[in-house]
Amino acid sequence: MSTPGTERIVVVGYGPAAHRLVERLGRHGHRGEVTVLGDEPAGAYSRPLLTSVLDGTLTPGALALPAPPEGTHLRLGVTATAVDRHRRLVRGSDGRAYPYDRLVLATGAAPLVPDLPWARGADGRLTPGVRTLRTLAHCADLGSGDPVAVVGGGPLAVEAALALRRRGRDVTLVHRGRYPLDRHLDARAGESLSARLRALDVALCTGRTAEARTGGKLRLDDGRWVAAGEVLLCTGVAPRTALARAAGLAVRTGVVVDDKLRTADPRVHALGDCAEPPGGTGPHFGHTAAWEQAEALAGLLAGGRDRYTAAGPVVRLKAPEMDLVWLGAPDGAEETVVFADAARRRYARLWLRDGRVRGAVLLGLGRAIAAVVRLYRRGEPVPADRLALLLGSPVEYAGERRPADAVVCHCAHVTGADLAAAWRAGARTVAGLAAATRATTGCGGCVGEVRGWCAAYARGTEAR
Amino acid sequence: MDPRLTASSPGTATHCPYCALQCGTRLSGVRGAVEVRPDPDFPVNRGGLCQKGWTAPDVLGVPDRLATPLVRGADGRLAAAGWDEALDLVARRLREIRAAHGPDALAVFGGGGLTNEKAYTLGKFARLALGTSQIDYNGRFCMASAAAAQIAAFGVDRGLPFPVTDLGGADVVLLAGANPAETMPPLLRHLDRPDLIVADPRRTRTAERAALHLQPTPGTDLALALGLLHIAVTEGLVDKAYVDERTTGFDAAWARAVAWWPERVEAVTGVAVSELRAAVRMLAGAERAYVLTGRGAEQHSKGTDTVAAFINLALALGLPGRAGRGFGTLTGQGNGQGGREMGQKADQLPGYRLLTDPAAREHVSRLWGVPPDRLPGPGRSAYELLDAIGEAGGPRALLVVGSNPVVSAPAAGRVTERLGRLDLLVVADFVPSETARLADVVLPVAQWAEEEGTLTNLEGRVLRRRRLLDPPPGVRGDLEVLHALAVRLGEPAERYPCAPREVFAELREATRGGPADYSGISYERLDAGAELYWPCPEGSTGTPRMFLDRFAHPDGRARFAPVEHRDPAETPGPGFPLYATTGRVLAHYQSGAQTRRVARLAEAAPEPFVEMHPDTAARAGLADGQWALVRSARGAMRARVRCEPSLRTDTVFVPFHFPGAGRANLITHPALDPRSRMPEFKVCAVRVEAAP
Repeated sequence: MSTPGTERIVVVGYGPAAHRLVERLGRHGHRGEVTVLGDEPAGAYSRPLLTSVLDGTLTPGALALPAPPEGTHLRLGVTATAVDRHRRLVRGSDGRAYPYDRLVLATGAAPLVPDLPWARGADGRLTPGVRTLRTLAHCADLGSGDPVAVVGGGPLAVEAALALRRRGRDVTLVHRGRYPLDRHLDARAGESLSARLRALDVALCTGRTAEARTGGKLRLDDGRWVAAGEVLLCTGVAPRTALARAAGLAVRTGVVVDDKLRTADPRVHALGDCAEPPGGTGPHFGHTAAWEQAEALAGLLAGGRDRYTAAGPVVRLKAPEMDLVWLGAPDGAEETVVFADAARRRYARLWLRDGRVRGAVLLGLGRAIAAVVRLYRRGEPVPADRLALLLGSPVEYAGERRPADAVVCHCAHVTGADLAAAWRAGARTVAGLAAATRATTGCGGCVGEVRGWCAAYARGTEAR
Repeated sequence: MDPRLTASSPGTATHCPYCALQCGTRLSGVRGAVEVRPDPDFPVNRGGLCQKGWTAPDVLGVPDRLATPLVRGADGRLAAAGWDEALDLVARRLREIRAAHGPDALAVFGGGGLTNEKAYTLGKFARLALGTSQIDYNGRFCMASAAAAQIAAFGVDRGLPFPVTDLGGADVVLLAGANPAETMPPLLRHLDRPDLIVADPRRTRTAERAALHLQPTPGTDLALALGLLHIAVTEGLVDKAYVDERTTGFDAAWARAVAWWPERVEAVTGVAVSELRAAVRMLAGAERAYVLTGRGAEQHSKGTDTVAAFINLALALGLPGRAGRGFGTLTGQGNGQGGREMGQKADQLPGYRLLTDPAAREHVSRLWGVPPDRLPGPGRSAYELLDAIGEAGGPRALLVVGSNPVVSAPAAGRVTERLGRLDLLVVADFVPSETARLADVVLPVAQWAEEEGTLTNLEGRVLRRRRLLDPPPGVRGDLEVLHALAVRLGEPAERYPCAPREVFAELREATRGGPADYSGISYERLDAGAELYWPCPEGSTGTPRMFLDRFAHPDGRARFAPVEHRDPAETPGPGFPLYATTGRVLAHYQSGAQTRRVARLAEAAPEPFVEMHPDTAARAGLADGQWALVRSARGAMRARVRCEPSLRTDTVFVPFHFPGAGRANLITHPALDPRSRMPEFKVCAVRVEAAP
């Protein structure tokens, strides 16, 4: 092979994983030629913000990620049609062949369309008014005011339903499970979530599937009809592996790679939603894993010794209306902490081992979510005061307090004892106490407190 | 008007010697019995004064005040010497070292507490009398990141481009990494009305007063600011008309912020999404809002980008350059503003001119009566200068004026070792600071109430420092010292005036036409009560509020900066599992050389401490009040454990004012910001263990 760090790299796909890889290659010292084939006509964009296009706050153009580093050969609208591993070429839909020293597959994932007769026409395409939500193109032309049915029960379904509500659309969430996110949340969390969604006027049809669609309505399996001028299918994704499969590379759910994100062919790597790293849990979907993989692969391709090790899963709902996270897994937990506040629809369940977070579900507890995610990611012990952690407040500290606690005016370092001495020496007003002790003369923040001391002394004097 | 007034008069009107607020004070009395009163008429402090200011007269009479030059003898000890002896020795050694190793073997380290006149003369002395490019100052450790970001965004850097009194009319003020309740308490008198949003890993006294406290992980302020901009855009809170009319570069900046959606920012910073959104809604919903940064956001290896990210936020919300709104930075040292624009910075000439600008070189060299090519080019930045000592081509002689790098420089153990390699260390100070104790020659100089001059406070307002007392016998002014050395080095005597008023007259000319134009300012105008903010071209009344019509770039527009978050130079890991962040306590100023000598301040804050969450202390087997070692890869600092339940469990805090084994800078990381050359004071990885 040629010298590491100078090899010709061809990247197939230009989603966030590929974008990050290309950006980081140069930072890690790679000096070879980089070519990117992106099948979408637009450049890379921030996929997590699709819901901001859906809710109307952002235009599609606003999602664009920065242009790749100068010198990158970017071929947009070009699909890779085949990989010739023997001759080390990628064939493009533009009829050209792209030679590589290293090939990176970043083909991402495609939406899964469930086997519903009404969703696909005889030609295999989605029927009019039915769409998935994966690309910018999927967000276009949702302009009319028709009611929308969102089909699915994962985070994207919930995020999309909320985004459409923000846009003022009537939204029904149709999900075959007992409640949204039922694969991740226990029943109590599910109840709180459902209650929150209903409060936001998202109609819920759970435990149901849609059997037919006519006249802008969906018929559910209980016979009910749901307004559905548009149908949004948020029913999961599947890695795009056809190119790898055709090239004879091993594919399970995703393209099988090792901890160097390398396929069995040492010249071919895969990362992001299309790749299946070691560990037996399938592809590590989502931008966080994609970026971690991009960082590791950029280092490797630049000649480093980086390895990709998966962080524990953290799924954080992206919706301004509610804070919701689940992470890790309850396996091996020694201690469970549960907090449920039905009235305010707040809920938390932590699974702990050695005082560290193994798994958690939190809903409606913003500060706790921020803290728990970090504790989990960093493997740090949770505070001894579990309730304080969940409420996001400073812990109760039972230890000895220092004498500085008695300071009333920090700017002039005046204690209650100093004020008392000044009172005894004849200072009878706030101004008098200030003149004698300099309390209140700095930031002025303790004026109220000194006035309080003054009043208390005065009452004491009168009582005598 | 005679500023020296009799004891029965209202006193000598001057300003506090410490921070950049420069509280107005009235001094009266005689040596040994000087009294200070806050000036009720000075709008910045409005009659307020903190404990440091109240006790400032004590510094005039500290028992170990330097009153005679000291020269290190053959026995290795510093011994009293006459002025001629000391100055002759210094000049002779400087000439010898220059002859043997070239002019860049001579270096100068200045300070942000020096008056404008001293800072100006020190820069001139270095470039002409020594002929060296090697001059920088401790303000590099203070304002360099904010300065670099403001210049890039606005075309000029004045800490606050508006008077502090404007803050009193605000509805909302965001303080990013600033703790004025402890560092400049009287500023809080202007922050009573607005709702405060405070971003600080610690629940400081300022944070306690905040309507909203954002408590980010140390080293993640940049991600925080990117997230706030992101929310401003996705919630439709951007002032589009302002962005279109008054700025450029929004799209490129947004292309970075687009990837910082709130949930990602939450994961990186530890600040809850709901609080991020609340912060942006508060700022955007306010009729009058300000965004201010402090050292907490700036003292990082990405400090410039962090400040830029907060400027981006302010620009997106349409704050800078509008009445009742704005962006600013809270300058730290007494003359931190003037000190950064008078030519003691490695790359600058007076008037905030660039040393690399041919027109600036022409202007200044003509005034100085030398050909432009006699001005050296830019030299090393502060830490790089200190770190090059003992290396090939590095400094061999160092003149330190108004600074104490043994305590204040990052990786202080290493810096101290470097200072030990010098052929000649000369320190001008009024107390035997930790750096002075290492010197070969110590020159005793006058201090605040014993001298005349001007300082430029955090608002860019030029203030008169006035003399109450003559310096003690044996003590000289810095200007006299530089004059005497310059003459001994063969410079014309008239090139280095000793009278501050004469120096000021000259620096007016030097700054004329520059970004920081002082040409319209004079002692006479100041003494007559004029409130003069630079730029103040001759004939003008100065500029209290900048940018109202245009920013200082040629196209008149402010510039967004496309910045991206990155990790600090060092993050916690095995062996060093905690973040350490450094900062200040109310009772002390900078390296503590002055305030540790004041009994009442030393009583209030007598010793180094390490603030820890009680859980963190318990896990380390430590109890409140116990002595501990805070250890990083660079060294260990001895400090007493102080349990603080409001602190993050992953972070400890140490103040940096203490000497010897208690120096916080024994543990700090010397990674530098690529643009501002600011060291990473605010974050490093440590463990805490029981002290033996």
